Amino acid sequence: MLRDITLGQYYQTDSVIHRLDPRVKLVATIIFIISLFMVDNVIGYLIAAAFLACMVKISHVPFRFMVKGMKSIVFLLLIAVIFNLFLTPGEPLVTFWKLTVTKEGIRLAAMMAVRLVFLIIGSSLMTLTTTPNNLTDGMEKLMAPLKRLHVPVHEVAMMMSIALRFIPILLEETDKIMKAQIARGADFESGNLIKKVKSLVPLLVPLFISAFRRANDLAMAMEARCYRGGEHRTKMKPLVYHKRDRTAYAVLLAYSMICIYFGRFFKI
Amino acid sequence: MVIPMAIILDHVSHIYEEGTAMEVAALKDVSLTIPDGQFIGLIGHTGSGKSTLVQHLNGLMKPTSGHIYYNGADIHEEGFDKKELRSKVGLVFQYPEHQLFEVDVFSDVCFGPRNMGLDEKEVQLRAYAALKQVGLEDDYFYQSPFDLSGGQKRRAAIAGVLAMKPEVLILDEPTAGLDPKGRDEILDQIAALRDETGITVILVSHSMDDVAKYVDRIVVMNQGGVMYDDEPVNVFRYYKELEAVGLAAPQVTYIMQALKEKGFPVKTDIITIEEAKNEILRALGR
Amino acid sequence: MGIIEAKKLIFEYIRRDEEGNVEGITRAVDEVDLDVKQGDFVAVLGHNGSGKSTLAKHLNAILYPTEGTVWVDGKDTAEEKYLWEIRQTAGMVFQNPDNQIIGQVVEEDVGFGPENMGVPTKEIWERVEESLKAVGMYQYRKHSPNKLSGGQKQRVSIAGVIAMHPKCIILDEPTAMLDPNGRKEVIRAVRALNQAEEITVILITHYMEEIIHADKAIVMDKGHIAMQGSPREIFSQVERLKELRLDVPQVTLLAYELKKSGIALPDGILTYEELVEALPFRQKTDRILNG
Repeated sequence: MLRDITLGQYYQTDSVIHRLDPRVKLVATIIFIISLFMVDNVIGYLIAAAFLACMVKISHVPFRFMVKGMKSIVFLLLIAVIFNLFLTPGEPLVTFWKLTVTKEGIRLAAMMAVRLVFLIIGSSLMTLTTTPNNLTDGMEKLMAPLKRLHVPVHEVAMMMSIALRFIPILLEETDKIMKAQIARGADFESGNLIKKVKSLVPLLVPLFISAFRRANDLAMAMEARCYRGGEHRTKMKPLVYHKRDRTAYAVLLAYSMICIYFGRFFKI
Repeated sequence: MVIPMAIILDHVSHIYEEGTAMEVAALKDVSLTIPDGQFIGLIGHTGSGKSTLVQHLNGLMKPTSGHIYYNGADIHEEGFDKKELRSKVGLVFQYPEHQLFEVDVFSDVCFGPRNMGLDEKEVQLRAYAALKQVGLEDDYFYQSPFDLSGGQKRRAAIAGVLAMKPEVLILDEPTAGLDPKGRDEILDQIAALRDETGITVILVSHSMDDVAKYVDRIVVMNQGGVMYDDEPVNVFRYYKELEAVGLAAPQVTYIMQALKEKGFPVKTDIITIEEAKNEILRALGR
Repeated sequence: MGIIEAKKLIFEYIRRDEEGNVEGITRAVDEVDLDVKQGDFVAVLGHNGSGKSTLAKHLNAILYPTEGTVWVDGKDTAEEKYLWEIRQTAGMVFQNPDNQIIGQVVEEDVGFGPENMGVPTKEIWERVEESLKAVGMYQYRKHSPNKLSGGQKQRVSIAGVIAMHPKCIILDEPTAMLDPNGRKEVIRAVRALNQAEEITVILITHYMEEIIHADKAIVMDKGHIAMQGSPREIFSQVERLKELRLDVPQVTLLAYELKKSGIALPDGILTYEELVEALPFRQKTDRILNG
């Protein structure tokens, strides 16, 4: 019932992208997104498209797998396009009823659509090629300087990875409790909103109780295994930059320079 | 002619993710008849399909092929009242106490009958009767279900299903996690309930020892299919085959088999300690 | 002094009603004395609520005694400076396999303990490998714990404890939520550790057949020790065990019943082979064969 969440799920295969340090992938994703919003001409987008296509190609993740994840955002995409199409002031082209499509509107809508699609593909490429664990490790290390500002970086990363570990377990549990209450005649589907919200009580109460019990057990198990926060801790899989990571940074630098130069300042 | 009430499974299969590389057959061509009033033990190790099977009996899961009939009607036919079916075929899940949610035990037990749309007086009468049937004392009725002991919680949860007055009661591993005494108490209570009311009971378990002395019939599941379906003594004859699929016959069976192999004149179709004792005494000429 | 020792251990907790008012005091563990030698396999039995789990949680400083003292490898568990040493010396495996696995990959979970202890990276890998091999789960090292069976998950949990190189493992009802296959797997792994690695094992359980191989069995009831001795000594007291809400293996029960009916049998028969040997059928057939 609840297992069909595929957006951004890790896709297991072997590629250079998979093997890259998660920090590189995080930084690359951020730079790529920034570049999308910096460029404002066709050449810029062509460069971004070429870059993205190359990355997808060498990631060995089937393209249709990414498109599958896109389905859930089609609606969002449509709204953005429609708003830009009709609500941008400028030189009018066609008029339906009270809505006017302008030349600027078409330009903006197209740009917005391209940006959004690239943004989603770019960031799902990161999550598709990086295990959640690796990703939290990368974030923890990247944000380590924030520790000086008393940001609990290690704790946040630990919470994220525990949440990731327990999501499937709690989903399964939700499924089970739901079925058990349906077996007792509960109805989660019919009725108005208030009735629907009310009908969730027999599901949510047991679910919360179970989550707290699990949290309690887990805390005890972690303490029993000498967990005492991020201090004194070593890493089984420490993040170390390899040659490929340095190369990747170089490629990234080159990309951003080319993209911004042509996409922003180059005029045809 | 009187048509006996029954659940009939006709070539039921359930395949997860059919047509993909992850295809798993949880049930493979299962045909069974469950007549009214029988006490059945459904045995299999984890992943044998027994839990999937029972979820088909009250329409929680739909077979990917095959049909299920309740008293002659196909339960997945359009217009069939599934809600009513679920009150007639009561399913108690594993660790049922994990589904308790009300402020007190009595209200929790009322949840099922209230969902059936009965009037409040009937709801309360049923809840009271069900709590008595599982042997919970009045003192506990208005306590929070979360303050009860493990065994009491389990009883309260079973009462929650019994209050719907089902004609068939299915219990999925009702003794999991209980200590030996708690286990015996629950099983004895279920057996007593069945003697009193004549309700059909399906006891799902992975332990032959637990069910052997109670049930009329044992259905052994393995890899999604029915492996044996017979009276307990006949099923235990295959103790070697059962062992091969990760199940075991009751220990008594092993003792009698071992004695027989040593050449002693004992019968082996024996299930309880009492029978074993009498048989050995007889063979010893006492 | 043994690896684990307790003297007059008492643990009390305060019961409160919904408003937080004190309703009373429950004594969960009542004057328990314990002496476990290095390398022993000790089974602690008792029905639910007998205090056995509370006792277990004292042995690696998750709970502290209200009165009395517990020493782990000579260190008083009430002293805070020993806390991490004690938790490393006496590792603990809990009942619910899902609620004690932290890692999303088997090997990462096993590495969690050593990481917390500050073990260097290279050594963590060595420890993970040797621990997973010791419980026979090495081929699953790259798997997600969610895809494993209950018995496999518990073996991963055990590996996670062994990777901390403890002298003693306390297992708090590790098999209560498993099916018969899983139970066998776990008990086999535990016995192997006890015999091959000479790790002290304290196994808390209510399954009688799991204690047959223990050096010593302790039966708890209402917070105190009700019986102790070798498994054979414990099993010879069938009536007493029944009073304490415990099971007796069917073979033992059958032997006990036969004995009551006047058949001469030794006390505390544990396996059916033993029963078959001991039954007076033997002499009868021998006589036939010889005569």
